[in-house]
Amino acid sequence: MLEIRNLHASVEGHEILKGVNLTVNAGELHSIMGPNGSGKSTLAQVLAGRDTYKVTQGEVLYEGRNLLEMDPDERARAGVFMAFQYPVEIPGVNTAYFLRAALNSIRKHRGLEELDAADFLDWVKDKMKLVDMDERLLNRSINEGFSGGEKKRGEILQMAVLEPKLAIMDETDSGLDIDALKIVARGVNTLRSADRAIIVITHYQRVLDYIVPDFVHVLIDGRIVRSGGKELALELEEKGYAGVEQKNAATEPITS
Amino acid sequence: MLQVAQKTDDYLSRFAQLEARLAGDGATFLLPIRKKAIERFAQLGFPTTRQEDWRFTNVAPIARTAFGAATGDGEAVEAQQLATSALMQADWPRLVFVNGYVAPQLSSVGKLPGGARLESLAAVAHADPEALQQHLAGYADYQDHPFTALNTAFMEDGAYVHIPKGVYLEQPIHLVFVSTADAEPVVSHPRNLIVAETGSQATIIESYLGLGDGVYFTNAVTEIVVGENAVIDHYKVGREAQQAYHIGTTQIYQDRSSNASSHAVTIGGALVRNDINTVLDGEGAQCTLNGLYLVSGRQHVDNHLRVEHAKPHCDSREFFKGVLDGHGKAVFTGRIIVRKDAQKTDAKQTNMNLLLSDHAQVDTKPQLEIFANDVKCTHGATIGQIDENAMFYLRSRGLSEPASRSLMVYAFASEAIDRIQPQLLRAQLRQTLFDWLPEGHRLQDAR
Amino acid sequence: MTTATDATLETWASQEYKYGFVTDIETDSLPPGLNEDVIALISAKKNEPEWMLQWRLKSYRHWLKMTEPTWQNVHYPPIDYQSIIYYSAPKQDKDRPQSLDEVDPKLLETYEKLGIPLQEQEALAGVAVDAVFDSVSVATTFKAKLAELGIIFGSFSDAVQEHPDLVQKYLGTVVPYSDNFFATLNSAVFTDGSFAYIPKGVRCPMELSTYFRINALSTGQFERTLIIADEGSYVSYLEGCTAPMRDENQLHAAVVELIALDDATIKYSTIQNWYPGDKDGKGGIFNFVTKRGKCQGRNSHISWTQVETGAAITWKYPGCILIGDNSVGEFYSIALTNNHQQADTGTKMIHIGKNTTSNVVSKGISAGFGQNTYRGMIKINKGADHARNFTQCDSLLIGDKCGAHTFPYIEVKNSTARMEHEATTSKIGEDQMFYLNQRGISTEDAVSMIVNGFCKEVFRELPMEFAVEAQRLLEVSLEGSVG
Repeated sequence: MLEIRNLHASVEGHEILKGVNLTVNAGELHSIMGPNGSGKSTLAQVLAGRDTYKVTQGEVLYEGRNLLEMDPDERARAGVFMAFQYPVEIPGVNTAYFLRAALNSIRKHRGLEELDAADFLDWVKDKMKLVDMDERLLNRSINEGFSGGEKKRGEILQMAVLEPKLAIMDETDSGLDIDALKIVARGVNTLRSADRAIIVITHYQRVLDYIVPDFVHVLIDGRIVRSGGKELALELEEKGYAGVEQKNAATEPITS
Repeated sequence: MLQVAQKTDDYLSRFAQLEARLAGDGATFLLPIRKKAIERFAQLGFPTTRQEDWRFTNVAPIARTAFGAATGDGEAVEAQQLATSALMQADWPRLVFVNGYVAPQLSSVGKLPGGARLESLAAVAHADPEALQQHLAGYADYQDHPFTALNTAFMEDGAYVHIPKGVYLEQPIHLVFVSTADAEPVVSHPRNLIVAETGSQATIIESYLGLGDGVYFTNAVTEIVVGENAVIDHYKVGREAQQAYHIGTTQIYQDRSSNASSHAVTIGGALVRNDINTVLDGEGAQCTLNGLYLVSGRQHVDNHLRVEHAKPHCDSREFFKGVLDGHGKAVFTGRIIVRKDAQKTDAKQTNMNLLLSDHAQVDTKPQLEIFANDVKCTHGATIGQIDENAMFYLRSRGLSEPASRSLMVYAFASEAIDRIQPQLLRAQLRQTLFDWLPEGHRLQDAR
Repeated sequence: MTTATDATLETWASQEYKYGFVTDIETDSLPPGLNEDVIALISAKKNEPEWMLQWRLKSYRHWLKMTEPTWQNVHYPPIDYQSIIYYSAPKQDKDRPQSLDEVDPKLLETYEKLGIPLQEQEALAGVAVDAVFDSVSVATTFKAKLAELGIIFGSFSDAVQEHPDLVQKYLGTVVPYSDNFFATLNSAVFTDGSFAYIPKGVRCPMELSTYFRINALSTGQFERTLIIADEGSYVSYLEGCTAPMRDENQLHAAVVELIALDDATIKYSTIQNWYPGDKDGKGGIFNFVTKRGKCQGRNSHISWTQVETGAAITWKYPGCILIGDNSVGEFYSIALTNNHQQADTGTKMIHIGKNTTSNVVSKGISAGFGQNTYRGMIKINKGADHARNFTQCDSLLIGDKCGAHTFPYIEVKNSTARMEHEATTSKIGEDQMFYLNQRGISTEDAVSMIVNGFCKEVFRELPMEFAVEAQRLLEVSLEGSVG
């Protein structure tokens, strides 16, 4: 589904991604871990099409298409979803209205019928239960006045509503208390399916107790220095990033 | 400044005694800090209303009273005296301090999971001073705050709480500070240090209680260090006695993606000042500062908040509500500082006051200092009286005047109480609110 | 901010000013300059009664002693009051057109082009229009129909002739001749404007509207509007304004006075789209306006709604004097400054009566090099028991070269007052755009979603017919600025 080859990206002339290689297939859940400033969020943003980051080398294929040539909204319509690390507040823009506009733009692209307000409401209400969200949130402005936990749950809700093929979760677990973390994890686990790929980007091992990955990759200084199964996360927890990096300095990064 | 007779000298001479007493004790790293703090206090003296931070709060009664040093007198207090007010029935890990010193027979720590520590600060300073060295006195500013300087110079006991990496404490930790002053005015300087390491989570409750009728002065400082991705829910419940003075600082330091909340509930005390400061020093940190004050008689309650956004993408929420009756006076100062690099700051402050009498008074002052250009800062303040239309409506349905009034106040204050997470504490405070209201018991029955 | 989004947004935000054309029409103008003779001439041209002339002269003499205010947060080169033409009107055979059929076709064409058809059969149903062209009112629609209900609606000049008692009774009672520099100047030289009187118990069945057009070169427009809502009446009034694109700055110094008696309601909406100057800040209208309403009666209600997208400089503070017990004053404002526009605007709510309420919602949008200042005064007098005020003041910054400033003044002399104040400043940026894009929403839709979301509370207050117009105007004025 997703193939990243030798991806280099920089911001303001400063190189952050220095040759990332990664293959993600449908049905897989990958976790990318790394210390602050290693390029985790940059990778997510580049995949979603943020133009602050400049791709200087390499390519990204999504379902065989050149992802890097597509506009952000085009990518979204093609099924790429990013759960934001810092979900953005947009005052005065009704959440239900926004979500319906988003869903319909994607449905239209997929050749499905657009949903009217009533059908949409039925559609979204089911999904809200998944993340324990109050329906009243739909009538509030996008993310405005939401607590940190509500914002993150809202991202999972949007993912459930928009049914992406590739979902990238950018530090969705950061700043959550234990209860909110469990809800988010439940949401993600429910959305795992054979035709969907999920990339969980995180700083902390804790979330992987609740969302068990098929593959774990360690990103340090713009490169994936090591890949492995879920046990790699535990090793990281024990030895820290420095320990893992050293051990693998010589080995070629592997992809799944 | 010296037109008010200040007992500054008392403190200076008493410091010399303390210095001699503590010489050679475990926490030697503290001595130079104490010295700097007392010197700073000598320079600053007690604040006056000509200083902006103390404009609405006159501490002259504290400055001119000769307070004796409190002594730990744990034996004098019996557990049943504390039963309801200190929630003794809860099987929470608990440390009780009497007049500033730990009272082991009233405490019950048990074994905390994951190697978490809850100990008397004095004991740790004596036996394991290294544990304190990194953080103690590292956050609460004693350069500009005379009372924090005084506490830093005189601190001896309080609680040391340490939650190791990734540990989740399900039960709240309860710290109870009891004062028993009767005849002679005394002062105590409780000092707490709470350190939550990366990814840990805990709830900490501080309760301040007064048992005697005498004058006393509690000068407390709590430092809370919230590590990366850690979650701390902190409560400070002030139920000081009628003649008590309470000056307290809660100083919070927050690292990346941490989540801290601190709730200040003030019910008792003659003169209460809570300084609540937080520094959001890591990207993506969130803090919530909530408060409720019920002020009556001639009480004076001052909540002084300072939220410093030092890093990007941090959220802060302040929500303080007050009900004032009689000649009560309340002060709310909410200062929000957004440093240059703290882009995408989202800060919201709300202070709402309900005046029940013509003689009650509120001074509310938001203060925004913003040095970044991509931020969202909101502040709102209300000072109002009970809505007469709503009163009339209730009365037209048969409720008496006092009952209608109580219902309105209850509804107003509930919004703050509802935000309190530990169920037992929430229930206790709701009960306190009923007791405080003129016809509260009837309301309670009707619920 | 960066490339792709920027480019789209810039095209979107850099649409031309659509109303910048000039109507080539013969005019009857006075030479530039101001003195007592000029004032006497204006008064004579309008065939005014002696008291009117005396009032003008009193104002003029007072004005000579005044100095131009400098406290506002706007900057402009000194205005030479002697180089302004104080009277310019399209030439006519008779003094005034008697019916719409007699109006110069060129004028009708002008208004047609502005989207304001003056032929009643083509006009917007439910809206009566008074069209003011430079110094005079050229036409009023539906006048007869309104007269059936006893509603007087037409030009100020006609009102002076036909209803001198009403004019004399109320003129200057809300904005006194000595009020401020620009209002005093207006009192001396005002040439026309609209007048409306709604009799007791009448609910005005259509929107009343005045369309102001500046056309002639070097001319200042000094109009004066007076609206009186008698006991228990209701009226909704709307004004719109445009001007040609010129390199010179032109002065527009208007005065609006509203009076609401017992149980009366006046809703006053403005869509101000004066020529804002070019992208480098050259030209544009100086819009220095004094607008005030007096809630004189019990339970009276005055509501100001303004969408200010034009003018090089806007200086106005529509306010309410809340005298009657239980009276309500409201102010809803969107002020947009793009390129080099400056706005210093807000409101003044003076609570005098008991249980008086004021609501203030101000939305400032700054883009380009625009500077936007909200200045609001809430004053609660001693006798205003249980007065209430709610103020919400939000600023939206687009780009990083613009500025937003907030100056609230609050004076409370009654302890039963209840005040609420909320203020936010935020920035529309790449973040919001990217978020919406990432959910599959196109950039164009995203911008209008964000801006309309921000302004929602004010749009809600506009009469339906104009809300859409205002929304569109805002999008046009912002074109090219988001980035």
